[in-house]
Amino acid sequence: MTISPPATGTPALELRSIAKSFGSVVALSSGSLALHSGSIHALIGENGAGKSTIVKIIAGLYQRDTGDFELEGESVDFKSTAESKAAGIAVIYQEPTLFPDLSVTENIFMGRQPTLSLGRIDRKLMREQAVGLFSRLGVRIDPDRPTLGLSIADQQIIEIAKAISLEAKVLVMDEPTAALSGVEVERLFAVARSLRDEGRALLFISHRFDEVFDLCDTVTVMRDGEYISTDPIGDTSVDQLVRRMVGRDVTTLFPKEEATIGDPVLVVEGLNQPGIFHDVNFEVRSGEIVALAGLVGAGRSEIARAVFGVDSYAAGRVSINGRNVPRHNPAAAMTLGLALVPEDRRKQGLVLESSVAQNTTMAIRRSLSKVGLLFSNAENSAARIWASRLEVKTSALDTEVGTLSGGNQQKVVLAKWLATKPSVLIVDEPTRGIDVGTKAEVHRLLSQLAGEGLAILMISSELPEVLGMADRVLVVREGRITADIPRADATAESVMLAATHSQEATA
Amino acid sequence: MTSSNTATMAVARNYKDYGSALWKRIILTREGAVFAALILVIIIASVTVKHFAAPITATYLLLDIAPILLIALPMTLVIITGEIDLSVASTAALASVTLGTLHQAGMPLELAALVAIIVGALAGALNGFLITVVGLPSLAVTIGTLALYRGLAVGLLGTTAVTDFTEFWKDLAKSKIGGSAIPSVVILIAVLAVAFAILLHFTQFGRGIYAIGLSPEAARFSGVRVERTKFILFVMSGSVSALAGIFYTLRFSSARGDNQTGLELSVIAAVLLGGVSIFGGRGALHGVLAGVLLIGTLGSALRLASVTSDVINIITGTLLVASVVSTSVLAWIRSKRSRPGGKKPETAAATKS
Amino acid sequence: MTTQTTTTQSSFGTRVLHGAGNFAKARETGILIAFVLVVVAATVKNPNFLFSNDGFRDLLLTPSILLLVAVGQAVVIITRNVDLSVGSTLGLSAYLTGRLFIDFPGIPILAVFLIGILFGGLLGLVNGALVAFARVPALVITLGTLYIYRGINVWWTGSDRINASDMPKDFLALGTQQFFSIPVLTIIALVVLIAAGWYLRNQRGGRELYAIGSDPGAANLYGLKVTQRVLVAFVVCGALAGLAGVLYAARYGTINSQAGSGFELEAVGAAVIGGVAIFGGSGTVWGAAIGAFLLFTINRALPILGVQDFWQRAVVGVLIIGAIVLDRVLSLRQSRKLVEARDN
Repeated sequence: MTISPPATGTPALELRSIAKSFGSVVALSSGSLALHSGSIHALIGENGAGKSTIVKIIAGLYQRDTGDFELEGESVDFKSTAESKAAGIAVIYQEPTLFPDLSVTENIFMGRQPTLSLGRIDRKLMREQAVGLFSRLGVRIDPDRPTLGLSIADQQIIEIAKAISLEAKVLVMDEPTAALSGVEVERLFAVARSLRDEGRALLFISHRFDEVFDLCDTVTVMRDGEYISTDPIGDTSVDQLVRRMVGRDVTTLFPKEEATIGDPVLVVEGLNQPGIFHDVNFEVRSGEIVALAGLVGAGRSEIARAVFGVDSYAAGRVSINGRNVPRHNPAAAMTLGLALVPEDRRKQGLVLESSVAQNTTMAIRRSLSKVGLLFSNAENSAARIWASRLEVKTSALDTEVGTLSGGNQQKVVLAKWLATKPSVLIVDEPTRGIDVGTKAEVHRLLSQLAGEGLAILMISSELPEVLGMADRVLVVREGRITADIPRADATAESVMLAATHSQEATA
Repeated sequence: MTSSNTATMAVARNYKDYGSALWKRIILTREGAVFAALILVIIIASVTVKHFAAPITATYLLLDIAPILLIALPMTLVIITGEIDLSVASTAALASVTLGTLHQAGMPLELAALVAIIVGALAGALNGFLITVVGLPSLAVTIGTLALYRGLAVGLLGTTAVTDFTEFWKDLAKSKIGGSAIPSVVILIAVLAVAFAILLHFTQFGRGIYAIGLSPEAARFSGVRVERTKFILFVMSGSVSALAGIFYTLRFSSARGDNQTGLELSVIAAVLLGGVSIFGGRGALHGVLAGVLLIGTLGSALRLASVTSDVINIITGTLLVASVVSTSVLAWIRSKRSRPGGKKPETAAATKS
Repeated sequence: MTTQTTTTQSSFGTRVLHGAGNFAKARETGILIAFVLVVVAATVKNPNFLFSNDGFRDLLLTPSILLLVAVGQAVVIITRNVDLSVGSTLGLSAYLTGRLFIDFPGIPILAVFLIGILFGGLLGLVNGALVAFARVPALVITLGTLYIYRGINVWWTGSDRINASDMPKDFLALGTQQFFSIPVLTIIALVVLIAAGWYLRNQRGGRELYAIGSDPGAANLYGLKVTQRVLVAFVVCGALAGLAGVLYAARYGTINSQAGSGFELEAVGAAVIGGVAIFGGSGTVWGAAIGAFLLFTINRALPILGVQDFWQRAVVGVLIIGAIVLDRVLSLRQSRKLVEARDN
């Protein structure tokens, strides 16, 4: 099939002025999107821009509050994922949901296996069809093996095979390349292009501009829950898109104050975990904010977790103020003055069903105990102090932390760790999924803390944040540190270059 | 932060300790419901069932439920962390048999009892090892050790029973406090109950138990030693089960391999009835105590009213099913109140602190 | 290099336990071999074990009842549930069988079979409804119904006991009759086993049971009819326990209120030993069946091999623990191999 010309006629899928709120949090105020057949359409925006909400509405997981949702001109309203699937929409998530114990073939055809007489499953035919699907996609996967242990890349291909066998007309790919290596990305793109050439409509959500420009023909920008623009890819540039995504002049947004930079507090030497990160060496000085930049999946969070002790490492040494931090022992690391604000706020940073008071004091319980006994008075007093210092908005200390907004939840996590009076603070994506106002508060806080002598290691996938806050930028690519860029030399280009091409690291 | 001091102080002053009034927090809870049911049953039984209000009823009631009360204490902590221990009755029997065998061989009773408790601790340690180090699911492991420990107990004694025990200890097991109707073993239970209550509700270790039950990952990220905590709990479970087995043996002057078969079910039923969630992360000891007393009182009252034990079992089973189904139904209603795919309205945390 | 999107290492380890399913084939063969070895060892010690008329018949006959219960239990465990009430269901069904013969003299034996199966299915339906609709873990629900059903059994029995003389000779003959030297009861059990095995392997519904146990979240996302399938699994489990109760009555003739006590844990044990993962998603009813035979045979063989039969339960316990430790070790090794292969 030839490549069809872009953007004419009735869109395969169209969203107009979609709004969606959760309680008092507005996720989408005006989402719009027009997906045409034979097109690969990129959807970009910062975290919190509303992209994942749009995906979930398309998938049928959420129902929109207001706005129009049309498939090939007909209005639709999906109450469940089964309905959207039946209508020909397939969503491929970053973490595919397959049945680990069952074979690849069974996963593709579960619930719809071809049958013979007596309802017997026709395994031979099923296998042939699976093999046929894979050859159509130009990939090679063993159809008989269980899906357990398959790489994420292979699992995604299986999800795509499933979608094709369901005759999906619209395929949504949500950050599919996050966990893929270069070769696997190429394979995925070849598959995507062939699907496009068959006349299907693809929606590609990604943070990586080089991929967007490589693969897609149209790009839509969203910001803070609002639709901003749609352009053919040839009519725009990375700069223009970044400006629209951020919506303001990048450099003046995140002021990092001057601070006296002292001696190294955190020293990491030769950290190694086969398959995850290799030969990691760096140090963070007091008063310094060191950013750990790189693409999602480069291994930054894994390094942070290993340093803190949640994960183990095979070789290397971590020390704080010269004292060795025992490996795989968070409690010991905490005693030595290390704190980690983790990447996944809801699953790792907080116990969602516990109260604000409990969460805030979770890391300082020993110091609050007298003769081993811990009373809620002590917890409430301490919680009160720290929650107000961070201006957490809640009416009562026993409110369930899961009901707070994202920004307030992050403040509770920060309060919890600041209460331990650490010497080194590692923050992993400190402002992900947070509204703009709280973002600025968090940045001001980090800057202030650095000024007070704290050594901060900040992992961030948001370039503006990295460039604005960091004294130095360490770039990680595929588990290795490929660049150490001082503030003066750090630009979007130099960082992204080091993040995607290890050879041309500039210093 | 850099905002003005008055604003900071105003925000601080505005935090209430609790989102709802004290009486609501005490009465409108699962524990409150169980206590209410307990009081109701006691009142109704005292009025309608002959001899129920007699002191001797209380004596036998407490003697009968003493093992359940004892084992329910560590079992509560185990279930709150999201695990389960089905081997408790078998451990009790193993301890019982150890006591009998050693004593019969000439060892002084006190020493034999100590050894029996150590045996219980080791049994718990094996459970703990398989669950926290090897990483096996506790349901499967404790089904295996249920069979293994019971098998060892039966294997050691065969069909015989040891019935000869030091008079002093036998009498102590059955004795009462002063001139009252309350058996002396209640002192032991009270001491342990207070100890476990303090451990669960007033220590860092106890807070860690709730965190593990609600979110093992977040607990790990906050420095809680998940594996070590669980291991300790299983050792406690084994030790206390041994203690219960020793008490039972002394009370009935009989160490047998098949003592207390099925006890684990009574314990788990009482713990769940007492408001502990099978999913972990939720529950309190006073609720469990009320739950054990409720089942015991109900059983005692029904027995006195000449209702047979089978009906009592039917009622226990129905109570168990009803209590967990009602929790599920309530949760479903609450989830329907919030928007689909949305946040819950601001609610107070359910975890007791 | 591909990066694992794991959260922490422990959660990955738990999911990896599912890898045991991959070794299912090896597992069934393994325990079959173990079964043969035990029989051979015992026969060598005492040829009567296998070669006497009674010996051979008994070897095949008695475990057939446990086999039925184990097959039903396996079906439920595959969906990531468990049914602790099967022992009580068996007891109730056995008593019902006796009562039917006593209260309705002349009732056709086939009718009794059907009623027993339906009755068991009904009890299973109660379990399934509570589990599927109320979303409460099956462990708790079936713990409750274990109590309830047993209580009903004891209450109904009163101080009575069914004796062999209360039942028609034809029925009791089923308990000992043989068809080409294979006991009739064993044939019934085998027919059920083959049917269940066939369904689980070759029918969409059967495969969906595995999917539900493998990842319930994914099953929901797929749009599988999870509630319906789980319900059916429990009904089947109950029905098989009901059938087992009728067979129990035919085999033993004497039925008191404690009939079937303890069967639930033996059934779970047989399934686990037979390779059915306790977390669901893998294993076969064939494995559970061989596991049932292995359990029983070991118990019979122990005294012959010089081990006092009081140690039976301990042996069962060791076997169960051994089985799950083996599963874990194998799956850890497999996942390590897979990760290494992926990184090369």
